[in-house]
Amino acid sequence: MRELLTYVVNGLAVGCGFALIAAGLVAVHRVTGVVNFAQGMFAVVAGLSASWLLGTGLPHGLSEGAAVLVAAVAGLLTGLLAIGRRGTTPQSALIVTLGVGVLAYAVEIVVWGDQPRSFPGLPGSVSVAGVGVQSQHLLVIAATAVTFALLTTFFGRTYLGKALTACASNPYAARVIGIDVTRMGLLAFVLGGLLGGVAGVLVTPLRPISFDTDVTLIVNGFAAAVFGSLGRAGLALVGALLLGLAESLAAGYGYAAYQLEIALGLMLVIMVVQSTRRTSVLEEPA
Amino acid sequence: MTTPAGTGVVEIADLVVRYGSAVALDGVSLSAGRGEMVALLGPNGAGKSTLADTLSGILTPASGTVEVGGRLAHIPEGRQLFPDLSVEDNLRLGGWRSRRRDPAQVYELLPQLAAIRRRLAGVLSGGEQQMVAFGRALMSRPDVLVVDELSLGLAPIVTRDLARHLTQLNAEHGLTVLLIEQNARLAFDVCERAYVLEAGRIVAEGPCAELAESPRVARAYLGGSIEETRK
Ligand SMILES: Nc1ncnc2c1ncn2[C@@H]1O[C@H](COP(=O)(O)OP(=O)(O)O)[C@@H](O)[C@H]1O
Ligand SMILES: [Mg+2]
Repeated sequence: MRELLTYVVNGLAVGCGFALIAAGLVAVHRVTGVVNFAQGMFAVVAGLSASWLLGTGLPHGLSEGAAVLVAAVAGLLTGLLAIGRRGTTPQSALIVTLGVGVLAYAVEIVVWGDQPRSFPGLPGSVSVAGVGVQSQHLLVIAATAVTFALLTTFFGRTYLGKALTACASNPYAARVIGIDVTRMGLLAFVLGGLLGGVAGVLVTPLRPISFDTDVTLIVNGFAAAVFGSLGRAGLALVGALLLGLAESLAAGYGYAAYQLEIALGLMLVIMVVQSTRRTSVLEEPA
Repeated sequence: MTTPAGTGVVEIADLVVRYGSAVALDGVSLSAGRGEMVALLGPNGAGKSTLADTLSGILTPASGTVEVGGRLAHIPEGRQLFPDLSVEDNLRLGGWRSRRRDPAQVYELLPQLAAIRRRLAGVLSGGEQQMVAFGRALMSRPDVLVVDELSLGLAPIVTRDLARHLTQLNAEHGLTVLLIEQNARLAFDVCERAYVLEAGRIVAEGPCAELAESPRVARAYLGGSIEETRK
């Protein structure tokens, strides 16, 4: 029982990391129609930056904050390459984001080397229902909750958020009323960078990060985002938490080697189920 | 009334617009004076919407010039609302250019919008959607309003209501209107002057009264010549 609770908290924390990656994917996809496969890279860049900045003696808080900003810049650069040129289709932009992700490997290895890096998170543990839970796990869960609340408020309540939604729902009409759809797309990429960055600085203390950790992150994040049909952050959050739980429980009970396979398997099942559901909707007589 | 060249609030000269290698507008010249209501008629595929999109800056001319003196708003063909946003949010976004986000004045002008402000634009009837599109365009306080297919798919009573609002805005605020229509009767009712666009070229222009007398225009756009109609 005690073990189970530990696995659950651990799974939720890891799932929160996936959820933030998924939220970045959803933000970019909603506004631009692009599946941004460089989304995992933003987390890696932030994690590596934070670990390096802490190493230079910069205090906690500042280091993580600066690392998130570095990820936002990475988001902007990715956006410029992917959608900066007018008339790029979402399909070719997707290929560009894949390319950016690979290119980033080279840059990361030159800057930070190829060894995994980590840094200590929030020290100590807190007793929950008589079980000691790492403070960092709780921090990750709390920070994710706050981030999702902010994100919901931003898209649902603010004028800029509504304009971003408008670009997603009818880009032609957005241009008719004078919204610069490309600039809004870049803004979405910056938001994706921020979200990826937050994921990176939160998760790195739990799991050391290296240049190629983006694969795990993007596979899980994408699986979660697909759960929300790439458009609904709330559902993506649910999907991400389920993934985190499944993987943590699998690892806890001796199947640690199969974590990525679990994510891939679940993603496949979701995609097949969703595509059949969508077909059946289309087949219904009008 | 004819506008002397170069003094209109909308001046289009020798405009060529292409989609890739396909020419959609081929040397179009058109002008509208301040406070004038001008109709643009033409069959499907003539290039009317292309002209509207060029006026609002969505398309770039291959050659020729487009000058607009003042703020232009565009009610696009097919309403083009944001279906998953509320009526009020649709209106507020209409103020993006003018940075004016309070729809109170539009509600005053179009009270029926105030009654449906909280509903999602996607679930409205065609007439309600056109009214929202109208209100959204007015949010930017335009000097020039381009209306692409005002009457398309709407019941005559709804069309009349919208046309009445247009003429009222024109009379009271000096709004310049370019009305793109396939329904020539409505256009001739509302506008003083008209252009006829076919296959990317202006093939006729002049006061609506004169155009209505021309057998060619009458046959193509009024379903028979005036003579025949009068019999
Ligand atoms: N996005 C587009 N790409 C390529 N061709 C287009 C596009 N939009 C319109 N066209 C073509 O340009 C011509 C003019 O279209 P349009 O301006 O929509 O005509 P109208 O509004 O008068 O019906 C048509 O031949 C149409 O097929
Ligand atoms: Mg048209």
